[in-house]
Amino acid sequence: MNNIITIKNPVLSIHDLYVSYEKGKYAVKNVSVDIKRNSVTAIMGPSGCGKSTLLRAVNRMHELYATIQTKGSIILNGRDIYQMPAIQVRRLAGMVFQRPNPFPTMSIYENVIAGFKLNGINLKKAQRDEIVERSLRDVTLWEEVKDVLYKKGSFLSGGQQQRLCIARALAFNPEIILLDEPTSALDPIATSKIEDLLVKLKEHYTILMVTHNMSQAARMSDYSMFMYLGELVEYGKTKDMFTRPKDRRTEEYLTGKFG
Amino acid sequence: MDSYKPQDFKQFLNRRKIKDQVAHGLIVGLSVVTILPVILIISKLLIEGIGQISFNFILETPPDSYEAMTAVALGDKIPRGIANGITGTLLMVTVASVMAIPTGILTGIYLYENPGSLKAGLTRNVTEILQGVPSIVLGLISYLWVVKHITNGFSALAGSISLAIMMLPMIVKTTEETFKMISPSIKEAALALGVPYYKVLVRVMIPTGFSGLLTGILIGISRILGETAPLLLTALGSSQINLNITEPVSAIPLLIWEFYNDPNMVELIWSSSLLLMGIILILNLTARKVAFRTVK
Repeated sequence: MNNIITIKNPVLSIHDLYVSYEKGKYAVKNVSVDIKRNSVTAIMGPSGCGKSTLLRAVNRMHELYATIQTKGSIILNGRDIYQMPAIQVRRLAGMVFQRPNPFPTMSIYENVIAGFKLNGINLKKAQRDEIVERSLRDVTLWEEVKDVLYKKGSFLSGGQQQRLCIARALAFNPEIILLDEPTSALDPIATSKIEDLLVKLKEHYTILMVTHNMSQAARMSDYSMFMYLGELVEYGKTKDMFTRPKDRRTEEYLTGKFG
Repeated sequence: MDSYKPQDFKQFLNRRKIKDQVAHGLIVGLSVVTILPVILIISKLLIEGIGQISFNFILETPPDSYEAMTAVALGDKIPRGIANGITGTLLMVTVASVMAIPTGILTGIYLYENPGSLKAGLTRNVTEILQGVPSIVLGLISYLWVVKHITNGFSALAGSISLAIMMLPMIVKTTEETFKMISPSIKEAALALGVPYYKVLVRVMIPTGFSGLLTGILIGISRILGETAPLLLTALGSSQINLNITEPVSAIPLLIWEFYNDPNMVELIWSSSLLLMGIILILNLTARKVAFRTVK
């Protein structure tokens, strides 16, 4: 397929991925795609096109549905994620959700370190402090919360909570960060903060995000995918896709004819 | 058709005003009727019972009939107290809680995790039926299972089992409802951090829903505290303080029943009821208080 570009030395490569929730009905169909290291890649498409399922297949969160069936392979940094335990995959691929979801019973500090704490990984106090500070600095939240680290995360504003959730995902130093419409529940100011943050984060991390918002994809992503009815229709540099879409369906979606 | 006159409208408004007042009066009146019994009960218990309440009432076992009769004849207060009932109630409620709370919470989690499954649906229905089983029937069952075959005699264990079955449905229900109120994204967040499922439950879901679970447990306990019928067939009663679960024990409601049947002791029913009511009231108020701290 010439509508899908190839990437050299990708951090993540998906081969012939099929995912079905019900027998014979595919939410993701025959998707093969490589994700470039240290870039922001956006997954776009109308509702129900399989973009969230594709994202969740990368850290195997889609397996929470009992009837799910997956075919194909996903290679993350040279390792097939379907050949290792799901809980290990999820530590390598951090995830951020649509709505900010800090753990309500935990303080800001505990939320950042939650991945270690809940998994029973014991760290020295100094190591914990270091991880918390680094992660909160990475998401530009440190200055805002350094004096209230032991207060509950739920006292923060929506945008701050979402940055806290990103910090929680960064604490593990993941190989890739998966974001499922991370700004759809936020106001424009908080949204633009998160966008700036993600662009900055790509220096150290690879970012794969689902977005409903085309202008967001155009603003901040380096590469874009367009999915339709479970298939990957087009994948390329964002600039190219927005200026010269190769597929008619991509063009129609981007010009607002459907979606 | 007659033409519309302004005075018709005035009449209509007047009629409506009267209807309004009648409805308002009915609502206020019936509300008073609803709360009146509670006020009457509590004031009756206070007036008749408070005189008996003392440290001895909590720390000592009941007098025998003769002692009580002499005291009444001399115009004194009946001496001593209901310590055997208090310890028996505490013992059985504790054992019942140890059995019912983990079972109920795990069943509730099962129902929450499998909302559409046939087996869960069946479990939910059976739990609801269990809630409707008369307590005396639970006593009979516990008598058949435990008194006849396990402890070979009346025992606190038999009482505890019937009480545990009584509180089980309530805990199952509140666990399921509490977990349903927690945003599913909290659970997802923990799973996405690579946390194993059982740790998600123990370290995230249960702490997040803690106030809801506690409310259910407290209401469950306050419900079984006053149960009498199943205990008549299982725990039987005892005049001594007994902490051995294979032996018969007393309980506050059992003592109230016994005092009622003994003309010399009848004065003690009020103070015993007051104590029982007080404990239940405190539990209910605590439950309400923690319920307000619900999780966002």
